Amino acid sequence: MRQPAGRKSAARDSDWEGVRLHVVTGKGGTGKTTVAAALALALAAGDRKVLLVEVEGRQGIAQVFDLPPLPYEERKIAVAPGGGDVYALAIDPEEAMLDYLEMFYGIKRMGKALTRMGMIDFATTIAPGLRDVLVTGKTSEAVRRRDKSGRRVYDAIVMDAPPTGRIARFLNVTQEVAGLARVGPVKNHADMVRGVLASPETAVHFVTLLEEMPVQETLDGIAELRTAKLPVGGVFINMVRPTTLPDAVLDAAAADRFDLSELALGLKAAGLADGKADASLIAEALALEVSEHALRTELERRERGTLDTAGAPRYDLPLLADGVDLTGLYELAEAINGQGAA
Amino acid sequence: MSRTAPALDIDAILDDDATRIIVCCGSGGVGKTTTAAALGLRAAERGRSVVVLTVDPARRLAQSMGLSELDNTPRRITGNGSAADRVDAANGGELHAMMLDMKRTFDEIIEAHADPQRAQQILTNPFYQSLSSSFSGTQEYMAMEKLGQLRRSGDWDLIVVDTPPSRSALDFLDAPERLGRFLDGRLIRILTAPAKAGGRSAFKLLNAGFGIIAGMLTKVLGAQVLKDIQTFVSALDAVFGGFRQRAEQTYRLLQAPGTAFLVVAAPERDAMREASYFVERLADDRMPLAGVVVNRVHQASASTLSSARSYAAAEDLEARGEHDLTVAVLRLHADRMQLAAREQREQEHFTSAHPTVPLAQVPAMPEDVHDLAGLRQIGRLLAS
Repeated sequence: MRQPAGRKSAARDSDWEGVRLHVVTGKGGTGKTTVAAALALALAAGDRKVLLVEVEGRQGIAQVFDLPPLPYEERKIAVAPGGGDVYALAIDPEEAMLDYLEMFYGIKRMGKALTRMGMIDFATTIAPGLRDVLVTGKTSEAVRRRDKSGRRVYDAIVMDAPPTGRIARFLNVTQEVAGLARVGPVKNHADMVRGVLASPETAVHFVTLLEEMPVQETLDGIAELRTAKLPVGGVFINMVRPTTLPDAVLDAAAADRFDLSELALGLKAAGLADGKADASLIAEALALEVSEHALRTELERRERGTLDTAGAPRYDLPLLADGVDLTGLYELAEAINGQGAA
Repeated sequence: MSRTAPALDIDAILDDDATRIIVCCGSGGVGKTTTAAALGLRAAERGRSVVVLTVDPARRLAQSMGLSELDNTPRRITGNGSAADRVDAANGGELHAMMLDMKRTFDEIIEAHADPQRAQQILTNPFYQSLSSSFSGTQEYMAMEKLGQLRRSGDWDLIVVDTPPSRSALDFLDAPERLGRFLDGRLIRILTAPAKAGGRSAFKLLNAGFGIIAGMLTKVLGAQVLKDIQTFVSALDAVFGGFRQRAEQTYRLLQAPGTAFLVVAAPERDAMREASYFVERLADDRMPLAGVVVNRVHQASASTLSSARSYAAAEDLEARGEHDLTVAVLRLHADRMQLAAREQREQEHFTSAHPTVPLAQVPAMPEDVHDLAGLRQIGRLLAS
């Protein structure tokens, strides 16, 4: 294993020791960006330096952290619990192209001329694979970057990646450009990126909900990554609801044996009902909610079982009662640290 | 229900013979595809001849309609099994469905617009293959092309389409403009110039400028890549003109009164914010917005019992050590009331920014939709 980068870091109990690039994917609506942000905070905890990158130009990170739109520039956006910095970068393919030209050919000015002529528009229009290589390439560069004293600049990089349906294709850069360039500089660049993405220093995490479609897409995505020989990380189950009702009650509700009269008695005892008739009316309405909850819980149990078949570590992230805000992010980061995911 | 938002009358839209196209757009994971399928089924059972065009590769939708899978050709959906799981054709309607195969659709355009030899040249070019099978961008163009084809065929009196599940779901609106930029770009002209002017002499015409650029492109991309690009671009040049013209036609078709855009959302901050973006974007493009469908709205059956009273009563009972069952149920109810209130606030927030946009709510289901009966129920809830 490599030396931990840059700053000193206390030994900690993480399932992903040695991983420096955390790619976070998930079906739309599962909270992928939120989880990526919380993971970055969790990884930075204990005085580390983490870079959170965005690749789709959605400015999702800015929204999650309640900031104005992020530029193509690494800037500090948050401080982790117990010290540690989170930096953010919104990768713009056009700027990444200029970086690439400058880094490998020293021709940034020429690159700008090309940009004015519509080179990037052209490249992304006719060969989206090239765009993916530029974006993953910029990320790989940050993973490998060292300062003057030879230390890693970032302890970890978290990428808010494209959704599950596109992730294998997005990361499988060599495959993407293989048809376009069998030899030459583009191919070489793709090979370098592949070297980083397929290494044990990378883990691709999936964010899901305990619902049928996101779970199915997660399993499909994991299978695709394994076929492409890319490293599968953990499964983050987001928006997990607390179990309010005891199993016995849920089972009874599911079997239509729910004790309405006991509920009505309780309502009367609590002074919530005027008389017996009112109590049973409210009890019946509440029982409907209970049986829906029981159905839902049963479905969630089933989906959990389905996720088991993926053979990847699972982490539960709680549903935030007040929606996602900055406080909520820290709460999620704590849950991530607490379960050893970072 | 939001107090101020006008109600969205789904049946009025479905029953109006003048409605020829319904476009469902919205961010990913809000139930767009299910909404499109439910609308299609409801319209068919109310007597329209409908085709649902989906871009969602999920097999589940096909299965819920009784097909093992969907492909690039519209298939008639009749359903199977019990009466509840068959399409009710009593009103003379029909339901068809298809899934966009963007590569196939693209290939067909090339085949239709180029002579066989040139078509072959394009179809085997590596850049064409990358472009036509990649997910970003192409899908939007092809959805638009397919929509135009379906409309021109005149085989259906209503087309229901869902859009790609990306933030850029409205990119298809940009298709004509982007194609224009692409074709008129200087780079394209430089790349195609030698071929157009008949080979070597063009290099002289373009003089040193092209030499430097070509040299640099060769350095960065490699000579073979540059050659492939040039072949591709010049071969495609002839085809693209017609393609662009049709994209413009479809764009105008979408602006016409026969089209109804529905923005699909969920009552969460991100999804409602995206809904706002879509509503504004459609207005910018002067596209006819019919309203917003808010899926997965949580409701509480015992809505007269407030969350505050429930929490307080649960605490009271617990302190007395009595009625454990009631305590647990009251907490469940209180949480649910809170969630409902939060979702309500998100919708009101949207409505205060867009007071004239009609809304329809669909309650959250405990389980996913699996069959036609489930789709029918969604349709009923949408219309109520």
